[in-house]
Parts: sequence; structure tokens; C-alpha cells
Amino acid sequence: MATLHTQSTARLMMSPSVILLLAWMLIPLSMTLYFSFLRYNLLMPGMEEWTGFFNYQYFVTDPAFTAALVNTLVLVASVLVISVGGGLLMALLLDQPFFGRGIVRLLVIAPFFVMPTVSALVWKNMLMHPVYGLFAWVARGVGLEPVDWLSSAPLLSIILIVSWQWLPFAALILLTALQSLDEEQMEAAEMDGASALRRFVHITLPHLSRAITVVILIETIFLLSVFAEILVTTSGGPGYDSTNLSYLIYTQALLQFDVGGASAGGIIAVILANIVAIFLIRLIGKNLET
Amino acid sequence: MCHLRLSNVSKRFGTQEVIRDLDLSIEDGAFVVFVGPSGCGKSTLLRLIAGLEDASAGTIEIDDEDVTQLPPARRGLSMVFQSYALYPHMTVRANIAFPLRMAGLDKAAVDRKVTEAARVLNLTDYLSRKPRQLSGGQRQRVAIGRAIVREPKAFLFDEPLSNLDAALRVNMRLEISELHHQLGTTMIYVTHDQIEAMTMADTIVVLNKGVVEQVGSPMELYRRPANLFVAGFIGSPRMNFINGREAAKLGAEVIGVRPEHITLSPDGGTWRGEVGVAEHLGSDTFLHIKVDGVGQITARAPGEVDLRHGETISLTPEPGKMHLFGKTGEVIRTPEGVS
Ligand SMILES: Nc1ncnc2c1ncn2[C@@H]1O[C@H](COP(=O)(O)OP(=O)(O)O)[C@@H](O)[C@H]1O
Ligand SMILES: [Mg+2]
Repeated sequence: MATLHTQSTARLMMSPSVILLLAWMLIPLSMTLYFSFLRYNLLMPGMEEWTGFFNYQYFVTDPAFTAALVNTLVLVASVLVISVGGGLLMALLLDQPFFGRGIVRLLVIAPFFVMPTVSALVWKNMLMHPVYGLFAWVARGVGLEPVDWLSSAPLLSIILIVSWQWLPFAALILLTALQSLDEEQMEAAEMDGASALRRFVHITLPHLSRAITVVILIETIFLLSVFAEILVTTSGGPGYDSTNLSYLIYTQALLQFDVGGASAGGIIAVILANIVAIFLIRLIGKNLET
Repeated sequence: MCHLRLSNVSKRFGTQEVIRDLDLSIEDGAFVVFVGPSGCGKSTLLRLIAGLEDASAGTIEIDDEDVTQLPPARRGLSMVFQSYALYPHMTVRANIAFPLRMAGLDKAAVDRKVTEAARVLNLTDYLSRKPRQLSGGQRQRVAIGRAIVREPKAFLFDEPLSNLDAALRVNMRLEISELHHQLGTTMIYVTHDQIEAMTMADTIVVLNKGVVEQVGSPMELYRRPANLFVAGFIGSPRMNFINGREAAKLGAEVIGVRPEHITLSPDGGTWRGEVGVAEHLGSDTFLHIKVDGVGQITARAPGEVDLRHGETISLTPEPGKMHLFGKTGEVIRTPEGVS
């Protein structure tokens, strides 16, 4: 796009999609922003009035807010650690030649294609259920008291379910990165006297740093807004033990019909997501530079 | 320091036998070049010596110690790879220091050795750069630097110059030869380029399909090739091979005569032929001449020769410079006498 003419033509051609995208994002965002400053409850139609920052104050001082904020951050951090750590181990394993590797690779990827609601229901009813669940059956088999996962360790259960969904994604990305590692580099390190562990630390990990960064950034975006898994399993309970920000906003808007409060929560969630993003980019973004 | 011996070494990948029952002895301090066409098993042989591949049969000894089962790091050899295999995320300094750090040397000793290696290889100004910020020749030198700091018993080079342009290749050839004189360490060098082999080697090992065809000094191989393969592989341009009636006259299956051993004259001479393409190199001219009943012959003429396409000319092979080969390609008479 060298000349002025081609530049303006290019702008013209791109404008429909740019305008559509902007409208898609800006209209809901500005409406949310607008509602967040209104007293707006669906049970009291026609009584909307300007309240300034009252909704924000109300949302932030709600005891549920702190719990939800902490739960959100714990959920994101734990799932990141489990999926990146486990994905790394899995990728290393799948990179080794063994019988039936093609089939195993395919099976490992499978959880990623299962809808979040479906996989959460499978975990709830077939694995973690205190009576019918596989875990309970195993526990009884070795003579232990079955654990009611979803009520005694609700956040941990959610973390396990979400990690199970994201593990294949991390494993897949890391596996492809691993396969692009130059074999001769590993051999050179071997001749230089590096043990298997040191080859992993000094050669493999630095090679994977960019892929790990990508996995962390993408997963974070999605993990900040985990919702379906909570809705179909614990409904945020008991109490607020497994409520995260998106679930709290949902209870505000659709269970208490408080549009204004929910909008304020939404804006706070957007701000939080941006803080996390800036923090992450600062921390690991340099890995993305070439 | 390092005397290397391979006895009955074989290497199979599945059913394909890449190295077949190979015996070889390499003297301490020698510069040995493995040369052969692409795919003949040179790299595999080098990797067997390095320990990066396991031998299917046979033994490898370094200084009379059997190292066949030893892992690469314990054999005390250094290798320079064709792709250089530098560690991309480390600076030049860290790359060169890597083997020393792995060996557990203290920081002062590492620094001293890296600085010394950088001085020898003219890398002092580049120590804090990353490999991707270097030119091909500089990367090559970093790879060599990483190999020499360990003070290995022997260096292994796998086609180290094949990624460089022609001018740089000539330079690096000299630098590596110079390094060999300075260090006096055994070097084993793999190449498919017979010019590299001729110019650098003390001893050339010609490989073909996993078998050693001949071992000898460059001039030995040039003067007395043991068979058709070596005769055709060593020397540039290639030796002329003539079979049929002309060969039968001398009691051989094939006769060989090098382009530089053919005298041209306007008339008289043994054969007459028609000049085809003439390649002018400045110092020499290589003429491709079509001779009836003999075939295509390449002859070397002085640089200033003035011959046109289509002219007729006489050729005389220098007496006593002919190689005679038997039915299986083995030599039956070399220029200097019966072999
Ligand atoms: N890891 C391997 N697995 C299977 N075949 C191989 C392997 N490495 C080399 N070969 C085969 O061995 C032969 C010799 O290879 P190589 O030693 O690399 O040749 P060169 O270096 O002389 O060009 C080739 O036919 C190649 O296909
Ligand atoms: Mg090779």
C-alpha cells in the first residue's frame, strides 16, 4: 500500500468491517456504562433516575464482591498453573514416540471440543456425585468416606473442571512448539555435557517461552469470565464460596433484576480484566517480541 | 592425545544398512576428511563416533578405551554442526560458556576461557550479541568457539561450510586449517566437496554407500586412485573415462586420463575431435571435445587458447599418465606402475 490512492482505497474497503466491529463493541459497552449510572430495576419500571456512583459503591461494598473478586483471581491463577504445568508434561509425553501415539493425541485433544455445560454436568453427575459418582465409588472401594465435592470443596471442584477443559489447549500449543525445536540444538547440548534435566531447563523451556506466553494470555481472557461451569454445578454456592465476578453480575441482573447494579459490576469486571491484561503484558509480553 | 579406532562398525536404520562393516584408524593430531557423495553415510559415521547414534555392531575406541557404549558427553569430543546449532536465546558469550558451565567450572575460569576463545576467533566485539544478529561466518566461528573451549580430544565437523557463500567458504577453510596447526588437535571433517577435502586434509577417507573406498593423502588419491569411484570423485574437472575398443587396445575395461594430462595440437596426435563448449576460467580453459569412437573428452588448455565451437583438433594423452581399470572397477595399472 505505497501510494496515497491505494491507501485511501484500502481504508474504504476495510471500513464496513471496522465499523461493524466497532458498533458491535462500542454500543453495548456505552449502554452498560450509561445504565451503571442509573437506578434501574426491572421490578420498578418507569422509575429510572440518575444516581451517580451509587451503583458502584453498592456493588463494591457488597460482601459478596470481595469474595467474588478473590474467587475469580484464585480460579484464573490455579487453572493457569494446572493447565500450563500439566500441558507441558503432556506435550513432553506426546512428543515421545510410542505405540498408538496418533490415537492418544486425538483423545487428549477431545475435551476441548466438549461444550462447557456438558462437561461440567458430566463431572457433576458422573464423577463428583457423592452417591453415583466415580470418585465416590473409588473412595468406597478403598474403604473411605465419599466426599461431596461440590458442597465441601466447591471452588476446587470448579478449578478441576475448568482445568480439565483447558489442559488439551495448552498441551496442543506446547506440543506444536516442542516439535519445532531444532533437534541439532538438543544434540549440541548433549555433547556439551548437559543432562536431560539441564537440557530441558536451558534449551527446551526458553524455546517454549513464547508458546507459554500465548497460552497464558489466551486462557486468562477466557478464564476471567468462566460462567457456565458454575451455573450448572454449584450455582455459586454454598454461600458465595464458588461465585466469581461474572456469576455475581448474573445474580444481580437476572435474579435481582437490578440492571443498574449489574451494569456497574460489568464495568468493574472490564476494568479488572484490563488491569490483569496490563499486568500480564508487562510481566511476560517481552517474550512475544522477536 | 587421541588415537581413534573403529573396528567392524555397522549401522542399520530398520532394514537399511547405512554403514557396512567399517574399519578405520585415525592417528593423533591428524586432519582427516570423510568425503563422498550425498547420502553415502558420512554424517552417520561422524555421529557414530560422537555417540549421537548407537552402533549396530562393532567397537569404537578412543585412546585404546572402548567407548562404544559411552554417552556423547563422556567421549571428550566436540562437534560443529551443519546448522551451527547455536542456542538462539543465549548471547554469544553464553553460547561459548555453555559447555564450561555444564562442566561446573567456576565463573572466573569460564570468563577467562571464553575471552581467550573470542580473541582467537575474532569474536571479542560480538560477545553480547544474540546469534541471529550475526552473519553466517560469525555464527560459524561461535560454533567453533563453543567446540574449542572444552579442549576436546578431537573435533568433529559436519559440513560446516555448506551454508556459507563461496568467498567466505575459502576464508573459513583457511581459518580452520590454521586452527588445526595452532591447536594440533585431531580433527575429523565431513564434506561432499572434494576441493575442501583436497585442500584441508592430511588424510582423506573416501566413502561410497557406507563403505570405505580408499584412505590416503590427497596426492596419493589423486595419483593412485584404487578404483573407478575414487578416480572419478577426486580431481576437478572429473577424470575422463574411455571404454570400448580404445580401452581393449591396452588390455583394460576402462582407461582413465585426467583433463590436465591431455596435450592438444593442431594435427597429428592420438585422437581427433570437434570442439564443443569451452569454459574460460582465466588461468585455464576447459574444452569439451567430442572424439569419434571415444566419446566426450574434457581437456585442460592454457587460459589464452583461442578455439571456436566446431573446430577440429588433435588430442594426445600424456604417456605414462593413464589409469587402467579392470572389470570390477579396480585399478590394474597406475601411471607410476603396477598397483
Ligand atoms: N535417523 C535416520 N533414520 C533413518 N535413516 C537415516 C537416518 N539418518 C540417516 N539415514 C539414512 O542414512 C543414509 C546416509 O545418511 P547420511 O549419513 O546423513 O548421509 P550423508 O551425510 O553422507 O549425506 C541416507 O540414506 C539416509 O536416508
Ligand atoms: Mg550429511
